[in-house]
Parts: sequence; C-alpha cells; structure tokens
Amino acid sequence: MKTLEQTTDEILGLAAQHFKIPRSELAPTDDFYKKLKIDSLRALELITRLENHFGIELPDYEVQGVTDFRTLASRIQARL
Amino acid sequence: MTASKIRPSEKTKTLSWELKDGTIELALHHPPCNEIGTAMLEDLEQFIAALESAEVKAGALILYSRQEAGFSAGADLRELYAASAGFTAAERVSGVRRFLERIHRVLNAIDASPLTTIAAVHGVTFGGGFELALACDLIIADKMARFCFPELRLGLIPGFGGIPRLRRDAGNAVVRDLLLTGRSINATKALSAGLVSQVAAEGEVLRVARATGAQIGKFDRTTSAAAKRFLKPIPHEELQREIDLFCELFGRPAVMEALRKFVEDKSAHPYLP
Repeated sequence: MKTLEQTTDEILGLAAQHFKIPRSELAPTDDFYKKLKIDSLRALELITRLENHFGIELPDYEVQGVTDFRTLASRIQARL
Repeated sequence: MTASKIRPSEKTKTLSWELKDGTIELALHHPPCNEIGTAMLEDLEQFIAALESAEVKAGALILYSRQEAGFSAGADLRELYAASAGFTAAERVSGVRRFLERIHRVLNAIDASPLTTIAAVHGVTFGGGFELALACDLIIADKMARFCFPELRLGLIPGFGGIPRLRRDAGNAVVRDLLLTGRSINATKALSAGLVSQVAAEGEVLRVARATGAQIGKFDRTTSAAAKRFLKPIPHEELQREIDLFCELFGRPAVMEALRKFVEDKSAHPYLP
C-alpha cells in the first residue's frame, strides 16, 4: 500500500512530465489549476492520466472543488 | 436517373469529408471542441444529404475530430441559452424541439447508413458528442478519451438519442450509472462496459480506425449492410419519447437558471453541480 506521500509524489511527477513543468517547481499544496495553467477540460485530461497511471476510477464529483495536489492524492489513495 | 457520385472531398464551416481508399472520413473541426449548435447541425445535414444522394464507392465511414480537446463537448449550451433566454417556456420548448428533430434525423441517418460507421474518438466525448459516437456501429477510443452524459447536472436528460442508443448497447446498470451520477468514464471503463470496441494508444486512434475501415472494406457491401440492419435496429419509438421528455423538462425555469449559471461562469472550473 502506497503512502499518501508516495502517491502525491507520483502525481507531481506525472503532472510535471505531461504539463511540461519542472518537477522542482511543483509542491503538494500547489493549486494545480494555477500551477499547470489548466482549465476544466485539461483537468479532465489530468484525471484520465491519473486513472490510467494508478489503474483506478476517479469519478469527477470526487475531485470537484479539489484544487491542490495533496487533496487530490488523498482522493486517489482512497481507491488504491 | 443516374445517381451522382459523392465528391472526393468537401469542406464546410465545421466539417470536412474525404473519400480515401474506399473509406469516407468525416472530420469535425469546429473550435473549441466541436460543440453541436446550428452551424454544425446544418453542415451535418449537408453531409448526410450528399451521402444519401450519392453512389458511394465506400465500405466504411469514419468520424473523427481535428480539435485537440476531443471528439465533441456536445450540444452548444451557450447557443442554446442565447436562443432561449427571453422567450416564454412554450416558445423555448418549441425552438428546442425543432432543433432536436433535425439532429435526430441526422443521427438516425448515420445509425441506418448502409456503410459501416466508426467513431474514432479522443479526449472529451461528452453529451451530444457521445450521442453522435453512439449512433455509429463501432467506437474506437484513444486511451485518453473520456465519456460523459452531464445533462442531469443541468436538470435535463440527453436529447440527441443518447438514452435509447446507450440502452441498446449497454447493460441497464451501466446506463443508470452514467446517467444518474453524471460522472465521466475513461476509455478502459467504456471498453469493459461494451461501449467501446477497441482502445488505441495515445494519438493512434485514427490509424487504428483506418485499419479497421480497410478490413471492413474487404467484405461484400450488400452482406455487411444486411448484417447491420439485422443486428442494429433503430429504436424509433423510444427516440421519440426521449425528445418528448427532454422538451417537458426543458420548459422548467430551473433549467434556464442552470444554463445561465453555466454560461456566465468564467472560472477555470465552470459551474456544474
């Protein structure tokens, strides 16, 4: 079972890779909409990448209102 | 009278089509994400008229999107709101019914086409976009495709034939899950639900669809068309009931209020309950 920190770290790595942001510039408490400069459509892309990466389903209502990487990680953690 | 031949290629404001290697490819290119409003409806009608009046030397029809965001975000809600605000409920319902009847004629024509039809989808495949894909015989999805029926979030149901066609293809539990939660699902889930026939690697969906189209093109057209008619009945009665129910719901003030909130919300993650 992954820890919350491990899951958060994987999310940050995946976000850095796909949204072309240096990993060192991303922190768990960052607002990913602002940091990745994404809108709701690109946020869906992020959710799909996370689902594919972790092999889970993440219904969008579970991440509605979620804006930071750590809370996102906790939602994923609940489905691993 | 000699049948005309479909022109090898044609481009309209929101679509273009091309006959290539025995397959017709219909590309959607209406930014930002192929929203289906009056402009796309008129172009789809033009395409269907060309397809039906032509002597088509093709075995397959592939629908795909040239928009990066996805196959289609569905109905043009901004146009719908603008065309409805300020009118009485009866006028709103009358206007939306006319639109629905036209889009149903288009989707029914795709559904019943003697060609084998393939929706090659990527990214956002929502609402009316999902309904357009469901009218096709096969859905081939990029692994980053995402499917959703968000209509209940606005106090509506799908109106372009989505419910009868989803019921035709998927188990009722899947239909209830998608409709009653309004959640979106990825390509893997859609594959396991039986809605998608193949999942392609990222960026490869059109190549996979073309390979499938080439395989389909090897078969005798009369047999393929007969098999399709036998396998895929069009649920006309239920489609009509869906239009009626949509119109009944659309007349309520709560729907206009939900549409207003959606249209006026300029934030990164717009209003959706």
